[in-house]
Amino acid sequence: MHICTVTPISMTVGANRIVPAIAIPHPLGNPALKKDEEKALRRKIVMKALEALTTEVDGQTIFED
Amino acid sequence: MAKIKVVHYINQFFAQIGGEEKADYPAELRVGETVGPGLAFAANFKDEAEIIATIVCGDSYFNENLEKAKADILAMVKEQKPDVFIAGPAFNAGRYGVACGTIAAAVQEELGIPAVTGMYVENPGADMFKNHVYMIATKNNAAGMRGAVAKMAPLALKLGKGEPVGASAEEGYMPNGIRVNFFEKKRGSARAVDMLLKKLAGKPFETEYPMPNFDRVAPNPAVKDLAHAKIALVTSGGIVPKGNPDHIESSSASHYGEYDITGVTDLTEDTYETAHGGYDPVYANQDADRVLPIDVLRDMEKEGVIGELHHLFYTTVGNGTAVASAKAFAAEIGRKLKADGVDAVILTST
Amino acid sequence: MKLEMGYIHIKDIRFSEESRIQDGILYVSEKAVRETALEDEKLKSVSFDIARPGASVRITPVKDVIEPRVKVEGRGGIFPGIISKTDTVGEGKTYALKGMAVVTAGKIVGFQEGVIDMTGPGAEYTPFSKTLNLVMVCGAQEGIEPHEYEKAVRLAGFRVAVYIGELARTLTPDETTVYETCGLKEGIEKYPELPRVAYVQMLQSQGLLHDTYVYGVDAKRIVPTILSPTEIMDGAIVSGNCVSACDKNPTYVHLNNPVVHDLFEQHGKTLNFVCQIITNENVYLADKQRSSDWTAKLCRMLDLDGVIVSQEGFGNPDTDLIMNCKKIEAEGIKTVIITDEYAGRDGKSQSLADADTAADAVITGGNANQVVILPKLDKVIGTLDYITKIAGASEQTLHEDGSLEVELQVITGATNETGFNKLSAR
Repeated sequence: MHICTVTPISMTVGANRIVPAIAIPHPLGNPALKKDEEKALRRKIVMKALEALTTEVDGQTIFED
Repeated sequence: MAKIKVVHYINQFFAQIGGEEKADYPAELRVGETVGPGLAFAANFKDEAEIIATIVCGDSYFNENLEKAKADILAMVKEQKPDVFIAGPAFNAGRYGVACGTIAAAVQEELGIPAVTGMYVENPGADMFKNHVYMIATKNNAAGMRGAVAKMAPLALKLGKGEPVGASAEEGYMPNGIRVNFFEKKRGSARAVDMLLKKLAGKPFETEYPMPNFDRVAPNPAVKDLAHAKIALVTSGGIVPKGNPDHIESSSASHYGEYDITGVTDLTEDTYETAHGGYDPVYANQDADRVLPIDVLRDMEKEGVIGELHHLFYTTVGNGTAVASAKAFAAEIGRKLKADGVDAVILTST
Repeated sequence: MKLEMGYIHIKDIRFSEESRIQDGILYVSEKAVRETALEDEKLKSVSFDIARPGASVRITPVKDVIEPRVKVEGRGGIFPGIISKTDTVGEGKTYALKGMAVVTAGKIVGFQEGVIDMTGPGAEYTPFSKTLNLVMVCGAQEGIEPHEYEKAVRLAGFRVAVYIGELARTLTPDETTVYETCGLKEGIEKYPELPRVAYVQMLQSQGLLHDTYVYGVDAKRIVPTILSPTEIMDGAIVSGNCVSACDKNPTYVHLNNPVVHDLFEQHGKTLNFVCQIITNENVYLADKQRSSDWTAKLCRMLDLDGVIVSQEGFGNPDTDLIMNCKKIEAEGIKTVIITDEYAGRDGKSQSLADADTAADAVITGGNANQVVILPKLDKVIGTLDYITKIAGASEQTLHEDGSLEVELQVITGATNETGFNKLSAR
């Protein structure tokens, strides 16, 4: 599965399980947040990725909140 | 300088043997003869090249006895040791086009002798072979002979001499999937204005880059038992151990890195950084978990959410890196992950 | 808006006691330009050198290239909001020194500064081998952050360019061209039969060291807006970025934007050049969506028939480009896009990171991955210390005989996406 910010590119190149990320230079973080908040955010995205991996899909799917 | 030696392939019709009724004419080598369209080539070559032999073969014979015809003709060409091989032009003659494409590609691939052919873009031979051999786009009938020879002959000379071949738009060959740089007569902005005016007027225009089709793969089945699954991390965000020990390039990466994270629970400013030159590196250099989320996956491993985090991660720089290189890295990384019993992969990119 | 551009052709640059322009020769007082450059205390040192077309000289790492200009009539001054006070520019009279440029160079700050060769195969690819270059190599104070260094060098370059431009204030131009656009209603009345065309310029705004400034505003903080195309000629847009040298727009390219000039060439003849629309290339998907939505909306509200879209950089901005193209085409507006390619060293890969069938009219600045061998040149202005780190170079770049094996990526301006050059690919 693919975690990326620019999900349209992920769609164009053909990833099947896609989870949107925060921003290009920090896909799994946000420097504006406090350390523990940032880690919680990262955990949320990774949980979403694991949810994607355990979900059957029949084509390209973006897993949004 | 010695003249470039050319062997020319034509069908029964252009050899003036006959039409459809003679299409079963077997392959024949005529050493020292210049036949039919060969005369036009000879005129165009001036003193730079000569046709040392012409091979004539019926279109039906070639296509119905494909393996034998191919083998016979290859043997004939091999014996003549030409510098370059020319087939056709075939215009819109379907079987002739397929024969020209087949034999030109075979001469090039099996004998290592450069080859050129020519045909109409809708000839079935065009789609089959334009990516294998230089194929000049011609008109759809023999009235286009002069124009076809005017492009095929200079290209054959270049190939015979081993000179670099220009872009398709310059040389007149059909685009073959290989992008080649060249200098246009007008600058890009002026070409853009010209193209826009044509598009606005509903006139035909030719894009300089036709949009590609990207590959599609069928999705894999879902992971059934996450709590016992081995998860691996792969990234195109360029995360590497501090100092970039394998010198992964900041752009156009030529390789990927494989790094052991046994015992690593958190990526820090002192231990990891990014080699990627395409995005602001400050955030990743401060905390590489922002690109490669090892800290949270370690927590999840401890809590039993996942079975285990694979002890190796794979990384490269996806900045100006060719799709073909990325594909090759992916195939190799995929094989390694599979061999290591990894159940699922999280790929992060920037 | 009406702007008269006066062009003064510079035939040579020489160092001298006193700065002046006489008979087409620019005399530069090193002391004066050094003082101008070092006004910023973040810069410790600066050295000046002259690189002439055809000379065996390599300049690297190049940051920006700037054409000196001076505003002689009308509102505002050159580089408004940056060097001059904020005021709307693009009207009145401006002089430009043609055939020369100020080139800033120095220790590398990102990965991606470029190379300018004044002779040899590299010179064929960079437009700045044809200009007389006054090169300033800037050294930073110890301990300053890369982005502070970038800013200090950027501003020092503008100050020096403006100082030199001022020398032309009282001269008579060798050539004059008038650029004029109409108001919306005026244009419709004046050219009822001509298609309404605009230029959509995408500005690099991916973050620190990948930025562009509009009237001093960081372009990642703008929403798409419209400019009179004459504004850029007074320095409304400047480069603040170190993205791959081949397809970033140095300030020189902004000042001389070729799409603006070539559309003006046709203005009133085959088309009505309505305006320039600027948008950005941000790193958040929401920004990409908003900016491309707004760009298409502006095109629709201006009742355009056609647009030319130019990109800057590559990779994820390919998506901004495709989004802009798709959404503008969806408004029924004919679109031509200008980009460049990363098709691999062998030319066999897909050239863009994104694609769509709406993008059926593409102009390309060539394949940036193409490899060139740049022979050793007699003199290096700047340093070769970082040559293997520049985007498009590798550990294998430096050959034993001193030649460089690099991709076109490293060459400043080589595959420019405003269509500045003749290079293309098929």
